[in-house]
Amino acid sequence: MELLNYVLNNPDNIIRLLIEHLQITGTAIITAIVIGVPLGIIITRYKRLANPILAIANIFQTIPSIAFFGILIPFMGIGKKTAILVLFLYALLPIVKNTFTGINEVSPSMIDAGRGMGMTNFQILRMVELPQSLAVIMAGVRIATVINIGTTTIAAYIGAGGLGELIFIGIQLYRNEMILAGAIPAALLAVLADKLLGYVEFKLTPKGLKNKK
Amino acid sequence: MKGIDSIKLVAFFDRAMNLHSSILFYEKSKYLVRKIEDKPINLIIMRGGFLLISFKNVTKKFGDFIAVNNLTVDFKSGETVVLIGPSGCGKTTTLRMINRLIEPTGGSIYVNDVDTSKIDPVELRRNMGYVIQQIGLFPHMSIAQNVGLVPYLKDWDASKRKERVEELLEFVGMSPSKFYDRYPNELSGGQQQRIGVARALAADPEIILMDEPFGALDPITRATLQDELLQMQDKLGKTIIFVTHDMDEALKLADKIAIMKDGEVLQFDSPEYILRNPANEFVEDFIGKDRLLKRPEYINVKDIMIKNPVSIRPERTLTQALEKMRLHKVDSLMVIDESGNFIGLATSNDVLENFGNGKTVSEIISTEFTHVTEGANVSQVLSIMAQEQVGYIPVLDDNNNLSGLITRSSLVNVLGRS
Repeated sequence: MELLNYVLNNPDNIIRLLIEHLQITGTAIITAIVIGVPLGIIITRYKRLANPILAIANIFQTIPSIAFFGILIPFMGIGKKTAILVLFLYALLPIVKNTFTGINEVSPSMIDAGRGMGMTNFQILRMVELPQSLAVIMAGVRIATVINIGTTTIAAYIGAGGLGELIFIGIQLYRNEMILAGAIPAALLAVLADKLLGYVEFKLTPKGLKNKK
Repeated sequence: MKGIDSIKLVAFFDRAMNLHSSILFYEKSKYLVRKIEDKPINLIIMRGGFLLISFKNVTKKFGDFIAVNNLTVDFKSGETVVLIGPSGCGKTTTLRMINRLIEPTGGSIYVNDVDTSKIDPVELRRNMGYVIQQIGLFPHMSIAQNVGLVPYLKDWDASKRKERVEELLEFVGMSPSKFYDRYPNELSGGQQQRIGVARALAADPEIILMDEPFGALDPITRATLQDELLQMQDKLGKTIIFVTHDMDEALKLADKIAIMKDGEVLQFDSPEYILRNPANEFVEDFIGKDRLLKRPEYINVKDIMIKNPVSIRPERTLTQALEKMRLHKVDSLMVIDESGNFIGLATSNDVLENFGNGKTVSEIISTEFTHVTEGANVSQVLSIMAQEQVGYIPVLDDNNNLSGLITRSSLVNVLGRS
């Protein structure tokens, strides 16, 4: 009941924080896609770079989020920028790794067929490798997004805003309804994002690759 | 037949015109074909006449491993050349050097006298058909997209592409209305490879490279597709370079076979010639010694005929003829004159019918007979026997002299042995 009252009394605030939450996550993810997918492609072409780059991305992923924020605050201060940078670095690994794996797993005979038909390198990428690895790349985006929605909640701790704000303030004020007003939408957001991206992933899978046993 | 000739003619004109220019390939103009089809121009000579692909001292090394060693060989236009050999013999490398999927370490490859290393490889490949083993089709593209791929790469407009795709699907026996929008994973292996062949034909290339295209198919489907390829080749007369490790496939499809080992061509000749005259022991082992006997078209009549068939002179009496039949336990006699010329047959029926009326053999011989020459093969003999319903066929030499006789039982002996 208290939760319902709180929500009804502060709809603007909750919606504002929800949008902020989405903005933070979205910016980080979109940046990670824009940089991560090409990076993933590049390391399939220059295999020597693959291990070092994946290792670095792996390190970012391993650092606990609070510690990561802590490391960056002395250099970047608190706030959205720092949060987005950390979230971006987190999202990088699944996206780069899945792009790399997805393209690498395209069968050499496919590439050979494409080249033998007279495709240029770029056409092979665009017409053979990307369509065939799209589902795997999207799976990476999906994982990154779900993780980031969660981590964005923690980013409120360093003043980035988002639904985490309600949770942290709620904890400080011992107000459960406030905690829940932040936690429930954040959880729902993650679940919805997962479902939505799962659908996108399915839609993007070329028809001929679906329902393969 | 007219169709092939006109296509060949167009190819001929284009080649003649382009021989010294950098334009290497022809785009067959439908207008030109139609114009020529109106006139019965016999151009059978075109087939197999042209030098098309020419390897000059081509070597390919992978590190220290010599995959192809100083190869010099010419493939002629309109021929199906099968490259065969044990794995690692360099046959696939040789094939892939033609469309520059592999670059030679040394030497040059010419197509219509143009050095391929001077041609943009992408352009080169778009003008050669390429069929690879197993899943060469793109699973994420529909059948129509797969077949129309090279036309798409060559920027044909959509309506022309659609027309060509439908034409090709029809050509490989797959109804366009049924398969146009399907995907490769909805097709059987045989159907997929049919689409693979259609795709290679899409831009109507003169040269088609096939790298063990039927290797992954079950034997029955494989045989069907081989037959279809032969039929296709009769219609289109493309230059096909075909890699396989299956000798039966090679013998079935090839106009010429190149047997390779350790990066070298040991023998390059027609299947028949190779079967008769293997260059060395390796080739002999590779073809398999028993193959010669397995295939009736490679067994010479001369080698299996009865050398001294029971014969009789025309002036002999019927009594003598009958006595001779009894003695040798045969039911017919070859009638020859003094110089050995074959005149005809005297069968026991004819002899018995006329027995007692004082005739000589010359009066009762049947001169309507089918004969074969010493150079004929058993396959021909079998089909004559089936068609004419005869049990024996005389074999004559060039001077019309009787040199032997083929009977059913002599055939059974030979064919049964293998």
